Amino acid sequence: MENWQTQKTYIKTFKDEDCAIYTEDLSVFYGGTIQKLFDVSLGFKKNTITALIGASGSGKSTFLRSLNRMNDRVARVDGKIMFHDLDVNQQKINVYELRKAIGMVFQKPNPFPKSIRENITYALKANGQQDKQKLDQIVEESLRAAALWDEVKDKLDKSALALSGGQQQRLCIARAIALKPEILLLDEPASALDPVSTAKLEDTLKQLRKKYTMVMVTHNMQQASRISEYTAFFHLGHALEYDTTTNIFTNPQGEITEKYIQGSFG
Amino acid sequence: MNSKRNDRIATGVIYLLVGIVILLLVGIIGNILISGVPHLSWHFLTSASSSFEAGGGIRDQLFNSLYLLILTLLISLPIALGAAIYLAEYAKDNWVTQLIRTTIEILSSLPSIVVGLFGYLLFVVQFGLGFSIIAGALALTFFNLPILTSNIEEAIKGVPQTQREAGWALGLSNWKTIRGIVLPAALPGIITGIILSAGRVFGEAAALIYTAGQSGSTVDYSNWNMFSPTSFLNVMRPAETLAVHIWKVNTEGIIPDVTVVSAATSALLVIVVIIFNFGARALGNWLYNRLTAAKIK
Repeated sequence: MENWQTQKTYIKTFKDEDCAIYTEDLSVFYGGTIQKLFDVSLGFKKNTITALIGASGSGKSTFLRSLNRMNDRVARVDGKIMFHDLDVNQQKINVYELRKAIGMVFQKPNPFPKSIRENITYALKANGQQDKQKLDQIVEESLRAAALWDEVKDKLDKSALALSGGQQQRLCIARAIALKPEILLLDEPASALDPVSTAKLEDTLKQLRKKYTMVMVTHNMQQASRISEYTAFFHLGHALEYDTTTNIFTNPQGEITEKYIQGSFG
Repeated sequence: MNSKRNDRIATGVIYLLVGIVILLLVGIIGNILISGVPHLSWHFLTSASSSFEAGGGIRDQLFNSLYLLILTLLISLPIALGAAIYLAEYAKDNWVTQLIRTTIEILSSLPSIVVGLFGYLLFVVQFGLGFSIIAGALALTFFNLPILTSNIEEAIKGVPQTQREAGWALGLSNWKTIRGIVLPAALPGIITGIILSAGRVFGEAAALIYTAGQSGSTVDYSNWNMFSPTSFLNVMRPAETLAVHIWKVNTEGIIPDVTVVSAATSALLVIVVIIFNFGARALGNWLYNRLTAAKIK
């Protein structure tokens, strides 16, 4: 694999107030000493989709999972994660509240083995929302936003496991946005889906851009170029290049980025 | 063509070995059922056992077995559930946890007669409980806890990690994730584990001989006062179970129809355990469907 030191980094920066969330020198260590991520400073512009690309093991998922503190139990995360002028990478931060504001959708669809309705209402009820009418309203809104309503409105009380993989994944998105987050983190959301379901999912994500800031890890470069405005390229734990998606794919600055885009490795 | 021939030989040997196992199982269970079932009758199930004459039943032993089982589960289930949740969800992977796991494994292979004698010394003598249902239930709890704990732990561990992550990502606390998502998903496995361990408890004899005792005292099924010595619910009375009854009539029984009584009792025991096993599967499936609302039309 290419040595990262052979390439200078080209990182686009935004004004802090334009970012929904940004990191300063974020490093991640596993088992105390094994460093997986090196001083990554990236900002994510409000109401855009940013794609994180890079080979397996490049640290893009590790980075993504640090943003909503999902790495808390498995790794040490150093550096700052600024969200609403607050460093949320601090011990005193209430991670449960943070995760409501920063939703996450995973690689493999993981609906709960409950009904479609309960998949969405479970977390709301746990947060104290008991009003039946309000819950019904949120269920409909979220499912509409995830472009799933028309397909499931007649079987809300059926098992979520009976849905297709693509529908399950959109249900997971609906479940995340039911909590009204500001940011959605997507960890290879389409990698387990067939092309038709993937296209539907991408349409859904494009629609959601109006209301949410999205950061998406993907292995699929066509997907990155189809739906994202900005793209960050990760290599061996370093963010090497970050720019508009158009620039990354048509005019990459770095040699390694270019090689990766062309498919010479990864 | 050599590999083809070897493959056929290997397959043949495997089939043969499986055949031997099945033959043995069918032989044993068939033998017990064939020699016992003809003697099972309503009269046998509903009359008290006799000490000297032929024609006694096993009403009290059957009730005692079920009562002991229920008490044992009432005591052991909460403890096992807590321990299993700790081991599956909270325990760090270090030497303490390894030590706990090893201890549980050793305990689960402890001979039941040892558990019985330990129970005798501790509960019957030391705590002064005497030969009683409660002493038997406590001894059975010792006997049951390791298996039940590892059964439940396996069921909880069987829930995919992605389910926990889904819960955390929705801002649910670790405990809420466990209680609301992991445990319901593991429930069918937990139920199966409980019922399978119940089968073991139900058929246990050695651990009870010196704890719950043998002498079937007079039991009055219309007396609901738990504290009355003759009440069927009294936990301080000695109680002989089905398995202990089989042991007793065969070692010191002086009734003329020993073979009939022990054959019929054995058959009943086997039938109840078989019902437990099939019941476990059916209940597990039913619960899973209920909980997941998996009604696919």
